[in-house]
Amino acid sequence: MNFDFSDDQKMLRDSARKFLSEKCATKTVRKVFEGAQGYDKDLWKQIAQMGWLGTAIPEEFGGLGLGYLELCVVAEELGRAIAPVPFSSTVYLFAEAILAAGTDEQKKKYLPKIASGELIGTFARAEGAGAVTPKSTRATFKGGKLSGKKIAVVDGMDADFAIVLARSSDDAGERGTALAIVDLKSAGVARRAEDSIDPSRKHAEITFDNAGAEALGKAGDGWQITSRVLDRAAILTAFEQVGGADVCLVMAKDYAMQRYAFGRLIGSYQAIKHKLADMYINTELARSNAYYGAWALSTNARELPLAAAAARVSATQAFDYAAKENTQTHGGIGYTWQMDCHFFYKRSRELGLSLGPQRSWKDKLVSQLELSNAG
Amino acid sequence: MDFEDTQDEAAFRAEANTWLSANARPRGAKSAKDDIEEMENGAAGEMAASKAWQKKKAQAGYARITWPKGMGGMGGTPMQSIIFNQEEAKYDVPVGAPFAIGLGMCIPTLMTYGDDAAKKRYIVPAVQGDEIWCQLFSEPAGGSDVAGLRTRAEKKGDEWVINGQKIWTTGAQFSDYGILLTRTDANVPKHKGLTMFYIDMHDPAVEVRPIKQASGGSGFNEVFFTDLKVKDSQRLGEVGQGWQVALTTLMHERLAVGGGQGGGLDVKELMGLARTLELEDGPALKNASVREKIADWYVRSAGLKYTTYRTMTALSQGKQPGPEASIAKIVVASKLQDISAFAMELEGEAGALKGEDAPAHGAFQMGWMSAPGLRIAGGTDEILRNIIAERVLGLPQDVRVDKDVPFNKMPSGR
Repeated sequence: MNFDFSDDQKMLRDSARKFLSEKCATKTVRKVFEGAQGYDKDLWKQIAQMGWLGTAIPEEFGGLGLGYLELCVVAEELGRAIAPVPFSSTVYLFAEAILAAGTDEQKKKYLPKIASGELIGTFARAEGAGAVTPKSTRATFKGGKLSGKKIAVVDGMDADFAIVLARSSDDAGERGTALAIVDLKSAGVARRAEDSIDPSRKHAEITFDNAGAEALGKAGDGWQITSRVLDRAAILTAFEQVGGADVCLVMAKDYAMQRYAFGRLIGSYQAIKHKLADMYINTELARSNAYYGAWALSTNARELPLAAAAARVSATQAFDYAAKENTQTHGGIGYTWQMDCHFFYKRSRELGLSLGPQRSWKDKLVSQLELSNAG
Repeated sequence: MDFEDTQDEAAFRAEANTWLSANARPRGAKSAKDDIEEMENGAAGEMAASKAWQKKKAQAGYARITWPKGMGGMGGTPMQSIIFNQEEAKYDVPVGAPFAIGLGMCIPTLMTYGDDAAKKRYIVPAVQGDEIWCQLFSEPAGGSDVAGLRTRAEKKGDEWVINGQKIWTTGAQFSDYGILLTRTDANVPKHKGLTMFYIDMHDPAVEVRPIKQASGGSGFNEVFFTDLKVKDSQRLGEVGQGWQVALTTLMHERLAVGGGQGGGLDVKELMGLARTLELEDGPALKNASVREKIADWYVRSAGLKYTTYRTMTALSQGKQPGPEASIAKIVVASKLQDISAFAMELEGEAGALKGEDAPAHGAFQMGWMSAPGLRIAGGTDEILRNIIAERVLGLPQDVRVDKDVPFNKMPSGR
């Protein structure tokens, strides 16, 4: 057993951190946050040049073919920088779905363009408030035509293609669902930018009216493929969340080491110390769960669904706690627009919702425990 | 990153399992309750059972896997130690509470500061479970603030004469030896006037009085010293260096990662209970609020397990684990308290019963009763959070009004 990243992977982490600290300071985040642009185009271009988009895409499809541990390393750094680029939509969701269920032809068509940064992709599931279930999925995909409406699609305004969960038959359960790949610039597709809690990750409502689309995987497998892709994305996103939580802890600590009240550094008060100790504890536990997820992802282990749910729940809890208590540690100044605290507060909640809320992941986790009898 | 056993690790695991299955039975329905009871009272139902199991393990080399062969160990790796702990946890055997402090803290301190004669005399009998050790640090006036202790040691010729009182001493009632932190100079600030000794607990000048805990068990004791005479050769470290020696002891406590802390009551036991119970809306395990709680505790439990693996990996790369290992007890103790209380909620009105009258042999009631002790013993939740904040995160120490003040000029509230 060796429960650590390799020296090469650590070198990748160091170079990614250096690159992002130069190219993605929080003023880059602020520009997207306050502007109309959906993402930072220069940063995206440079990330593509670094080869990160193809980290886990096999060489035969234009990627670097490094692997998932390396992609986890990159994800943590993007999370630390809360990078305003459509990386997770394109890489963790779109590319993973193509890799999981695409034909050879589809892989050749989409993956090289993802690796080179020419194609932005996303994944559309929700149609309204409440849980996403086979039953709540009303969009239809029949005879190569897609109709229906999806909401809260991350990076939906900027994506070139979307994978859409839809209904392909009258079966009301999982077996009635299918996935469609649709060109968002084609006829029959209308998009509207939606306001989101985190403007550095912009969302869209997308309406399909008999839009031409191609099937991803077999009709009837839509739900099952989605579930597999979400597991993989959850582990990668957990690394972003752990990275974000870690930065919140550093921000809170740095502030506590410079701010005086009642003649003392506020970091010398136990009320602050214990809060920061709890941030540390939560983040360490989440990091360890994410590492286990990384191992499961890189080896396609049987435990992957359980590891994914645990990584997801743990990282969501850690980032939520760190982000809100970082703001609290800063006091009034932390609640101002000019400070960076709110970027993390908002990103933590956005990441905690975009792959489905904790509640549904917790249920999934216990179902896995029941199956594995590990519980 | 590789989560599977290497070939050597798999072979060691198989070997350990062969040995365990030949010498012990798999865990049964009462194992969790037995584990908590053992930790509460400092020994398994009968001390003889604890000692017999310890001896069996020692003879096979499993009692102290990482220690050299001449010292009762097998010269193995930290990873082998964790593997054996994992496998042993599947069997219905004593958790080894009577030996934990001696082997985890006292003997390693003796290894660092004791002379050759002492090492030769004491190490092997402790590993074999023939002799039990306790750690005499805390006092009525020095709990979280250990360095505020008042037990005096005065040099008279080649001997030291010791007077005073210790408290919360786990296992003192059946210990043969103990390491004792004393004050040898009250005219200097508190950390500078301490000296460490090891003592014979059977000396008539040592009186042990068990404390009846809130749980009804008795794992802790008061220990009184009246003109206890100790040879200078029983001193560990230099005169006045007792605090540094004590820190070594506490560092060894942190090295003892991967043990069975937490008492076998975890998500698995809670799920086992939930499988058997009906609530208003059907089976407890299908209830959404129950599932949410199970998931919350599972991620803490799994997170801790994998954190231990990360620590072990660092250890096997030759790194020293630091105070970050303090997170384990903070997580485990509160989780035990919360899981137990929640299980009693699920049991409903029957949850108010205990022992064999209660569901699940009263395991959760036992867990709930013992959890307050676990949150305090060996460093309170609050002290451990201070350690993380100060030594891991680097936050400043709180204002110390006793800093640089001679011990005998310090305010004490009495």
